[in-house]
Amino acid sequence: MTEKNVVTAIHDSLHDEMVADERIVVLGEDIAVRGGVFRVTQGFLEEFGEGRVLDTPLAEGLIVGLAVGMSLHGLLPVAEIEFADFIHPAFDQMVSEVARMRYRSNGDFGLPMVVRVPWGGGVHGALYHSQSIEAFYGHIPGLKVVVPSTPYDASGMLRSAIRDPDPVLFLEHKRTYRLIKGDVPDEPFQVPIGPADVKREGTDLTAISYGLMLHVCLEAAVRLQDEHGISVEVVDVRTISPLDAETILDSVRKTGKALVVYEDNRTYGAGAEIAATIAERAMFDLDGPIVRIGGPDVPAMGFATNLEHAFMPDADMVSARMLELARL
Amino acid sequence: MATRVTTEPSHEALGLTPEDLRSMYRTMVTARLVDEAAFRLNRQGKAPFVVPVSGHEGCQVGTGWPLRRGQDIWVPYYRDTAIVLLAGMTVYEIFLGLFAKADDPASGGRQMPSHWGSRRLGIMSHSSPIATQVPHAAGIAYAAKLRGEEAVVGCWFGEGATSEGAWHEGMNFAGIHRLPVIFVCENNRYAISVEQSHQMAVENVADRAPGYGFPGEVVDGNDVLACYAAMRTASDRARAGQGPTLIEAKTYRFFPHTSDDDDRSYRTREEVEEAKARDPIARFAALLQDRGVMDTAAIDGVWVETKASVDLQIDQAWNAADPDPSSLLRHVFYEPDDTS
Repeated sequence: MTEKNVVTAIHDSLHDEMVADERIVVLGEDIAVRGGVFRVTQGFLEEFGEGRVLDTPLAEGLIVGLAVGMSLHGLLPVAEIEFADFIHPAFDQMVSEVARMRYRSNGDFGLPMVVRVPWGGGVHGALYHSQSIEAFYGHIPGLKVVVPSTPYDASGMLRSAIRDPDPVLFLEHKRTYRLIKGDVPDEPFQVPIGPADVKREGTDLTAISYGLMLHVCLEAAVRLQDEHGISVEVVDVRTISPLDAETILDSVRKTGKALVVYEDNRTYGAGAEIAATIAERAMFDLDGPIVRIGGPDVPAMGFATNLEHAFMPDADMVSARMLELARL
Repeated sequence: MATRVTTEPSHEALGLTPEDLRSMYRTMVTARLVDEAAFRLNRQGKAPFVVPVSGHEGCQVGTGWPLRRGQDIWVPYYRDTAIVLLAGMTVYEIFLGLFAKADDPASGGRQMPSHWGSRRLGIMSHSSPIATQVPHAAGIAYAAKLRGEEAVVGCWFGEGATSEGAWHEGMNFAGIHRLPVIFVCENNRYAISVEQSHQMAVENVADRAPGYGFPGEVVDGNDVLACYAAMRTASDRARAGQGPTLIEAKTYRFFPHTSDDDDRSYRTREEVEEAKARDPIARFAALLQDRGVMDTAAIDGVWVETKASVDLQIDQAWNAADPDPSSLLRHVFYEPDDTS
């Protein structure tokens, strides 16, 4: 075991996978000479050469479209979109091509490929370096959308994503990159795509979250235990699509209370699907209303520190809502 | 402009045998008869949707001919009936797609007709959004180059596609890396109803190629041998590591955009009739006669034999099984019997 932050865990796993599998090619903006704006591919150009470590023109639709072609012809592309906010030009490729290739060809063409995307707020990214995009893509059958939030999960799920026969949108919360540290095995290991994970066990209330908000929930859960003796179970969604409803429902049935926390705009966010799933399938196990906490329905967080804070749920706000729900 | 125009080369100089020419002609006739039958079936209510090829057979057979089956990669668009015939798709398979049958090789009856695809034949699956396949072609060519293969990629599209950002992005990338890909624009002057003058300020799509750092060439799309010559040069260049070429074949579609379109709203009948007078099939037939490759009887024979063959394969396809409704839910993600 070695303690690593999230970005180092991703770097190291991707590196080891590239050593092990010559089909892997990484491509994106600033990923070769610069080593990636977040340094995920630092040193790759020198080690693997420019054929496998490819700086692309500044065109996100191209990056994803190239990856499709590479995958169709025997390579295993791991594309990077520099910021989630810039993936929108690639929406057509993601939805019309990547997600539908296997389906439209009746299983004749598969697309093993990974699109890595740093997302999320809390880094003074303002309107165009802070967005959440998981709901856009979670809505698209044919894509797997994952949101690992710890170094261990990021490392293990990246390895799973690279081995997956289908395309995986791999979302990396950029605030967690250097904030969150944890032990990562030195030997290769995988964390499966699909299963959610109970990150903290509890009995009084279930908080369901992912990304930076997972860590906000974990902090709030500690406070509720320490300050009020309330036991909060925290479920890490980990995979947005396909969603692991069972783990979420098992927890909610146990505690009787559910709180869903995400930093995307609240309306039509991934938390809405989770809340609806709970309402459909665990209504009579609930002892209170499902609480949904998300960002406000404004286009995005502001650059000013207080505007950013006002957008993002924090441990104060989440613990207050947890307490409210627990006392119902 | 750096654009070159070629017409009327001799087939001997191009290295084509009389049998090559006869086979090219048969393929063009087959595509035409597929079209005519498909429209007839559409009017009979048996084929909900048809994408016609008529008028494009010459540029498709000319530009498709130099590619090598089993090695090169075909990245077509929906009007490329003759291209997929060259790649090895049968008329039966085309009509399985038209009738949306379970064994439709492209999609098992999921996609609209003429949305080609066959892993076995190296025909890449494509969608309806225009020009999305152009970055794919570049990515495939990049992979082929990185893997040290001899394969070249042929990528076909209409001039309408050249307005899309994806087209520019794919061209640009192919130029940067000198990829083994040939871009073929089948310019029929209309993006459904929008005439070329409302699509671009330049006279030739091929004029844009120097902006991407590789040659562009305009050919008469109704001159099969000129199309062949351009593609042969381009594919030789690609195989030699000299990078991409953009070939623009000026042609015309004789039918509306699809069976759901009515071209009378945007083209005069006189214009269409004038274009039909330049029919690439009639022109090629005249050339074959002039050069003594086929006589009138042989040419007539091709039509009769091909029509009989097409009709037989249509009957077979019509009687094939429909997809099972339960197949709707399959192949969203990998299943063990998937071919990749």
